[in-house]
Amino acid sequence: MVVQSAAEAITYPAVGAELDIEGVSHAFDIDGAVLPVLDKVNLSIAPGEFVALLGPSGCGKSTLLRLVAGLEKPRSGSLREDEVRISGPHPSRVVVFQDPTLFPWRSVWDNVALGLEAQGILKPQRHRVDAVIELVGLSSFRNAYPHQLSGGMAQRVALARALVNDPKILVLDEPLGKLDSLTRIAMQSELVALWQRKGFTTLLVTHDVEEALVLANRVIVLSDRPARIKADIAVARPYPRHRGDPYLADLRKQILGLLGLEATW
Amino acid sequence: MSTYSVSDATTAAAPRAAVTFANLSGSYGVGLAASLAWLAFGLSCLYWPDVGDWSRTESLAIGAIVIAAFILFGTFSADYLGSAGQALRKRAPWLVAFGAFVTLWEVATAKFAWLPLPFFPPPQSILEVYTDDLPKLLDSVFASIKLQLGGYIIGATIGFVTGVSIGWSQKIGYWVHPVLRFIGPLPATAWLPIAFFTFPSSWSASTFLIALATGFPVTVLTWSGVASVSTAYYDVARTLGAKPSFLVLKVAIPAALPHVFVGLFMGLGSSFAVLVVAEMIGVKAGLGWYLQWAQGWAAYANMYAALIVMSLLCSGAITLLFRTRDRLLVWQKGVVKW
Repeated sequence: MVVQSAAEAITYPAVGAELDIEGVSHAFDIDGAVLPVLDKVNLSIAPGEFVALLGPSGCGKSTLLRLVAGLEKPRSGSLREDEVRISGPHPSRVVVFQDPTLFPWRSVWDNVALGLEAQGILKPQRHRVDAVIELVGLSSFRNAYPHQLSGGMAQRVALARALVNDPKILVLDEPLGKLDSLTRIAMQSELVALWQRKGFTTLLVTHDVEEALVLANRVIVLSDRPARIKADIAVARPYPRHRGDPYLADLRKQILGLLGLEATW
Repeated sequence: MSTYSVSDATTAAAPRAAVTFANLSGSYGVGLAASLAWLAFGLSCLYWPDVGDWSRTESLAIGAIVIAAFILFGTFSADYLGSAGQALRKRAPWLVAFGAFVTLWEVATAKFAWLPLPFFPPPQSILEVYTDDLPKLLDSVFASIKLQLGGYIIGATIGFVTGVSIGWSQKIGYWVHPVLRFIGPLPATAWLPIAFFTFPSSWSASTFLIALATGFPVTVLTWSGVASVSTAYYDVARTLGAKPSFLVLKVAIPAALPHVFVGLFMGLGSSFAVLVVAEMIGVKAGLGWYLQWAQGWAAYANMYAALIVMSLLCSGAITLLFRTRDRLLVWQKGVVKW
């Protein structure tokens, strides 16, 4: 079942960082009881790779992302970015959450500028904010407030807010999960285009099998809680991918089987 | 007097060629009625003799007639007066009601004394207060504003800083929270007797009390505002490289601002109460003191006059606060309009 991702002879631009997850276990204390969520997860992601994490809901995917982002520390094991241990949040690893979580009191421009402002480098780097807003196609909304945006636009702003920092690893926690299906398909293509252009390493959590297959080089299937890696599947297809591709359909069937949903096929 | 409506308006304005009947029953009609209501007020002042000795009856009548003329002029040239004309048109029904009210008040007090004197003074005696007792009234206004502003700013600042601190830091919360619970709910006026003999001056004592009355609601609401900020905002800011100071100043405080303004509003209300009581009891200046003084002389007109000024000041202060809020919180939708 485990297919080597190295089988793909794609060379990635040097922007992305390597991510190593080694023997990571994590648990939560809930009312005195210990709830294990991650069980010795080992995962090595090459610079510039696009990896999708698939798993049943509540299996601990998002927890793994929080560990990668440095928002929490694992109970055991280690995470390393380019061989440097991850000990806290850093703008080189930016997360885009399922909710855009834009700051409602800031305009689009000010929301995107947040990272540069927090790092104290906004003044000389203002052009980067303009450029990235242009990149996600929201130049005419730069002065709008979040409550004036549609769901898709808000998520684009969230993406711009992450990209302005030129992250080495982009961490996506079901970023398209709440969008309508048409906006979703459009944004999937945009995401691939951005990734190809910028070359960052991408780690995407999703529970949409099709989305994982259309976007990622590699799909990691996780087990039920506590999450373990069940399968590591290379998706060796060039971009842009077609949803009707029989190769992808085959993989989809295989993955649904792994998730215990073969009956739905 | 409210019987002036479409029929009167039609006869009055019939010769005007440009004015159609549809206009009269619509926007012009109400304006005309307002003008007539104020004219009626003026004429009622002049028509019947006063039952008492008031020196400003004629001035009041002239004033009312001038207002009636202004309304008439404004109604028919509203289209050329820009926003002022629109405002007049919008408020015309209120002008009708208010004109009718003052007419009724005039007739019920100065002319037929249906309401007992001196407890219900007529409009002209209140006008008399504004013209003849103006210096003393203005002094009182300035004294009140000075006291209120000082106490309010001190209380709001301390309340805001305390609220942010206990909302942010559990350690500070541990020490401040019990004190707040114990002292906060106590009405600030309960401190009055102690404050007036422990503080060096009645002015400093009142400032302290006003600050106390303001500080409690501001503290509690700022605190709850900071405490209820979604952790997702902090997560986002932290992954983007934010330091703790950025999290407080650029995340917690802006997110808490809507709550802070509720606290500032509540604080303003309770500090007004303290201001008036403090002025009535200890301070020898201000509108509260003026009211007390007027009561001593059974000068009821002065009391009403001071009440009107006080109401305008309080309402003005709240308007100012809401304007500031609307400025700062443009990003919010659906805020209450004051």
